[in-house]
Amino acid sequence: MMGWRIVVDADLCQGHGVCESEAPELFRVDHDRKVELLDPTPPDEQRRSADLAVKYCPTHALSITDDD
Amino acid sequence: MTDTHSTRPTGSHVDPPKVSGDDGGTGHLEELRTDPIGLMQRVRDECGDVGEFRLAESPVVLLTGAEANEVFFRATDEELDQAKAYPFMTPVFGEGVVFDASPEERRRALHNQSLRDKFMRGHAATITAEIERMVADWDDEGEIDLLDWTAELFIYTSTSCLIGTRFREELDVHVAELFHDLERGTDAIAFVDPYADIESFRRRDAARAELVQLIEAIMAKRQGEAPVDTEDRDLVDVLMSIKDEQGNAQFSADVVTGMFISMMFAGHHTTSTTASWLLIELLRNPEVMARVVGEMDVLADAGGGEITYQDLREVPWLESSIKESLRLHPPLILLLRLVMEPFDVEGFHIPAGKLVGASPSVSNRLPEAFADHDRFDPGRYIEPRRDDLDNPWNWIPFGAGRHRCVGAAFALMQLKTIFCVLLRDWEITAAQPLDSYRNDHSKMVVQLAQPCMVRYRRRRPASAGAPAPGSAAGPTSADVPVSSGTHASGPGPSTGVA
Repeated sequence: MMGWRIVVDADLCQGHGVCESEAPELFRVDHDRKVELLDPTPPDEQRRSADLAVKYCPTHALSITDDD
Repeated sequence: MTDTHSTRPTGSHVDPPKVSGDDGGTGHLEELRTDPIGLMQRVRDECGDVGEFRLAESPVVLLTGAEANEVFFRATDEELDQAKAYPFMTPVFGEGVVFDASPEERRRALHNQSLRDKFMRGHAATITAEIERMVADWDDEGEIDLLDWTAELFIYTSTSCLIGTRFREELDVHVAELFHDLERGTDAIAFVDPYADIESFRRRDAARAELVQLIEAIMAKRQGEAPVDTEDRDLVDVLMSIKDEQGNAQFSADVVTGMFISMMFAGHHTTSTTASWLLIELLRNPEVMARVVGEMDVLADAGGGEITYQDLREVPWLESSIKESLRLHPPLILLLRLVMEPFDVEGFHIPAGKLVGASPSVSNRLPEAFADHDRFDPGRYIEPRRDDLDNPWNWIPFGAGRHRCVGAAFALMQLKTIFCVLLRDWEITAAQPLDSYRNDHSKMVVQLAQPCMVRYRRRRPASAGAPAPGSAAGPTSADVPVSSGTHASGPGPSTGVA
């Protein structure tokens, strides 16, 4: 099975916390802070919620890279 | 394009080319006050990505196109300062409220807690209640002025979401009028003298003074009241509870007013202008209107009247129409920064002390980035197309990069909520020729020129769409009867200071 990673562009993150709402196991966003990645290489069962976090991030600061 | 762009000087001594039309006096100031988009488009046509115009003593280097915009938007506040570039805002916010803070303090202060995602669901319900109240005193058909109506609506939505419903209940249409005077007080003459003795600046200062009185009265009233439960407290209560070392209130009414104006200003005229242009573009494009209304009907049939946060994610034609209105009619047409550290861009040298600008109006319509660039086409954001994401440095109605508008998600949610209710229950038609709607560019804050009338007619019975009493609105609907005229005259004697 292919591995995948979550990538954060810290320049773009404004700490809205949408990712935390979508995938609390993967992201933490404290008040006044940028996102903290709890698990950069999560298990596959987290993929769907990770995809939603990427999709709904209001500043497009998240992406997912599939490792070959 | 070559890779000559850089944020550090590389030894270039080439000055940017200057655009034609300098009048020898205040430069291009008069043109900026009459036809700003024409001026900025001419800079691009004559000079390319980097060109200079002049506002009295201030040279302004206008950057357009993806390469130059990326340099502009990637810069930090320490390199390109935002606050110092807007002399017309100081008298609106008040001295010492925003601009005395360091860039880092400003970043933190501007990052309002209530813009965070976990509050958005509650905001959607609050906004639904506000729009329901605004239409509650409509007859089955009638006419509204888009500028006046949206200005009032967004005073209520932004105060109830950002400051609190307790504060919002103290406000009436007069506050929207005062806010309008602040927005009209942004004449570019401020580049010469922000306190020039002109009518719009006198009205601006009178409006601000009256807002301070209003907030003073609200604070004085609360001083004499029993404290409210923690969960009902609004930002006024919170700020009043903060004491200095001597135990006195830390924040005066003047400072609180400045904070509120600075919180609300960026989100008010921008959202109301966008709501107006969205409606106008939908009226001009009936086939798109039909698709959007179709989405509202699906929601209404499925949801039994309540608009949920999830619903707002599943209205692609409404969302794309908002994006397309923002592309064609960006509420901010010129973003400015003061150069703090010299830099080079595309081979030109920009020294410290000059202003640099980026123009959403020009960049959003570049033919090399957007097919059929002047056409209203929401299809450009419907999968698989994604013109916004494919052009991150040219699709810039919210700015871009690290300076992207922090209120963008809130604004989109607000607009979607309002149009879900409005187009579900009401049919809107033009009350004047479709090509007669236009912007007034005489002030730095761009607004719709009046008259801008539309007609409404009920298309769905009132009860079908309205939420059950108290379900979504919380204190808003519990405290004030939603019957005709209540919001126009205000809920209590403390409201008016006129």
